[in-house]
Amino acid sequence: MSATATLDPLAARCAAADRLFARRRLLGIGIPALILAYLAYVFFAFDVPGLAARMNPDNARILLADSYSYKTHVTQDTRSGRIVVAVEGDAKGAYPPGMLPDWVDIDGRDARVDLGNGQIAEIADGSVAVTVPGFGEIRAESTLRGIRVQLPEGGDGPRISQSDTLLVVYLDGARLTVTRTRIELFRYFLGWELFWFTLDSPYYGKSLPELLRLALSDERIEPEKSNLRGIFEGFWYNRVWQHGEVAWALFETVLMAFIGTFGAALIVLPLAFLAARGFSPARLARFGLRRVFDFLRGVDGLIWTIVLSRAFGPGPMTGALAILLTEIGTFGKLFSEALENLDEKQQEGVRSTGANALQRCRFGVIPQIMPVLMSQVLYYFESNTRSATIIGAIVGGGIGMFLTQAINSQKDWEKVAYYIVLVVILVMVMDSFSGWLRRKLIRGADA
Amino acid sequence: MAHPPASLPPPNPAADYLALTHRRRLYSGILLSCFVLLLVSAFNVAESRNAGGFLAGLPRVLDFPAGLLAETWERLDRMPGNLLNYFPSLVETLNIAAVSTLTGGLCGIVLALLSTRGLARWPRLVPLWRRLMDVLRALPEIVVALVLIFLLGGGPVPAMIAIALHSAGALGKLFSEVAENADLKPVEGLASVGAGWLQRMWLGVLPQIAPNLLSYALLRFEINIRASAILGFVGAGGIGYDLRNTMTWGQGRFDQAAAIFILLFVAIVAVDQLSARYRNKIAHVEH
Repeated sequence: MSATATLDPLAARCAAADRLFARRRLLGIGIPALILAYLAYVFFAFDVPGLAARMNPDNARILLADSYSYKTHVTQDTRSGRIVVAVEGDAKGAYPPGMLPDWVDIDGRDARVDLGNGQIAEIADGSVAVTVPGFGEIRAESTLRGIRVQLPEGGDGPRISQSDTLLVVYLDGARLTVTRTRIELFRYFLGWELFWFTLDSPYYGKSLPELLRLALSDERIEPEKSNLRGIFEGFWYNRVWQHGEVAWALFETVLMAFIGTFGAALIVLPLAFLAARGFSPARLARFGLRRVFDFLRGVDGLIWTIVLSRAFGPGPMTGALAILLTEIGTFGKLFSEALENLDEKQQEGVRSTGANALQRCRFGVIPQIMPVLMSQVLYYFESNTRSATIIGAIVGGGIGMFLTQAINSQKDWEKVAYYIVLVVILVMVMDSFSGWLRRKLIRGADA
Repeated sequence: MAHPPASLPPPNPAADYLALTHRRRLYSGILLSCFVLLLVSAFNVAESRNAGGFLAGLPRVLDFPAGLLAETWERLDRMPGNLLNYFPSLVETLNIAAVSTLTGGLCGIVLALLSTRGLARWPRLVPLWRRLMDVLRALPEIVVALVLIFLLGGGPVPAMIAIALHSAGALGKLFSEVAENADLKPVEGLASVGAGWLQRMWLGVLPQIAPNLLSYALLRFEINIRASAILGFVGAGGIGYDLRNTMTWGQGRFDQAAAIFILLFVAIVAVDQLSARYRNKIAHVEH
């Protein structure tokens, strides 16, 4: 009798444990299954199978090749017969007549271009012949009526796409394009050409030791200014890479984040007292302010950006104000919650000396809460630097604008790569700077 | 006789303390005014590089919302239709955010476990994973999204990948801070019975830190909804894309823009509230 009595609770507990395990096991299978089901739904909702058809492998190739290398174009306008050699086919990167690279040989309306890997192209006033080793000679003539193409018979040759008005031959590390008005050859080279100096600068093509020697010597290359200044100006006002303007854009991005974050913090600080339980003079004020903060936060930064750029036009101030408005909402919530969770002892201490409400805030609350708030604000400063890049792309300010312009051009991928590197470095620097400052603040508060 | 030298005034702690306080207050006052000055001059620089000035634009701030409201009021009967019309786009935006939080969170867990001292699979590679997370975090979503739009064409997938990458970095850092504080006893117990790394993590660490991870992931979900709306604006699908279209059509379509504003606002506030409630619940279960 007594044995069953002691066994029964045990059996009941065993059964309960079994049920618990069964439930755990069900959860262990159920949650991953749910996640998988959701991913499967999204897989079809986002039309991922159709992605293969939409994506463009050529674009990927161009992007990759362009981001770490540059092209030098040799172009003949077949109506005038003029031949131009230019980096990236850009007028700002055109070689002056006396400075041609050694793989191009121009003689009036004819040119001989060494495209590397044994590929030789010869332009002869409106027609071009490219010799490809192991394949033969590709001949094309450009006339206003259309283009005539002669290809060698058979053989494993380069990829060619051809129509009545366009011929593109994808050579090894180079390309030939022929249209009715233009013959264009380009060849890839490693690196970012013109990054330091453009072709019209006297310092172009000089090595670092040479530049150092020039910078230190008294012999002036440009008589009106010192070499050091010339070197700096050649770099800073580089027309292709625009280092000076890019530096300004980076500064502008930080500026937007700075004004937005710290401006919002300064505005919110007094308001947070009105919105915090235990400080607010009236329930209505607390409730109203809370809803204002919620509204500012809920109306996303995107919407603020649109509304504000209608009033203030494009530029960094618009971006800064958009960040400021959103962050007023965020800080309002954070600060007032921090105030509500405050330790009361210090305030009571100050109150016991007969301090009024303002003095209690100044001596009982501010010293206690400042490190916490500053740490939060600094954290948001860092994250807003990244947001400022995005908002800058919409309002047309800062490095975000440069980035979107370069991406939308769909050819300046080397600049895109450069800006991405700059943004990543900027954000990482801000991250470690704000982290360092936060650690100092917290340590200062503990001490 | 230990008399102080005649040149020094007699010690007066109260006066010294007051002087110290005054000096301190002076310093913090100077610091604060320097800071405000910096802020004001920064604002002036930003204003000078802006298309329109601050004071000139201030009266016009309300023009657009007023026009929006007026047009919406005029065609209030169309509002339910508009809301219904743009609801699928909102679902797409929410889906982008959810999937990227999910995949980013899963990648974040792996990255966090790999880069937490004491738990890492390959302790020597910890700095590598940390740097990887730093880079992922520092990459603005818009950059990745725009590049991927060029490669993959428009649509939600580029936005999803972009946000997922960023989330993986951001969540990975937070998760690894959580994992650092995990109790190592269950891990040691599992190791003693011969469990592999995956089993130790799955059975020993994850159950401990799951509530915190969930809480951070929910917070991230809120952030990602906003990000996915913004990315739509630059061409990555969802409600942001519709918003840009209605904005470029300009006057006459503002009632549709208003519908999108309402949908976005309601979605953000609703998710905000829901996630706050769940996070509170999780926090209470823990304590």
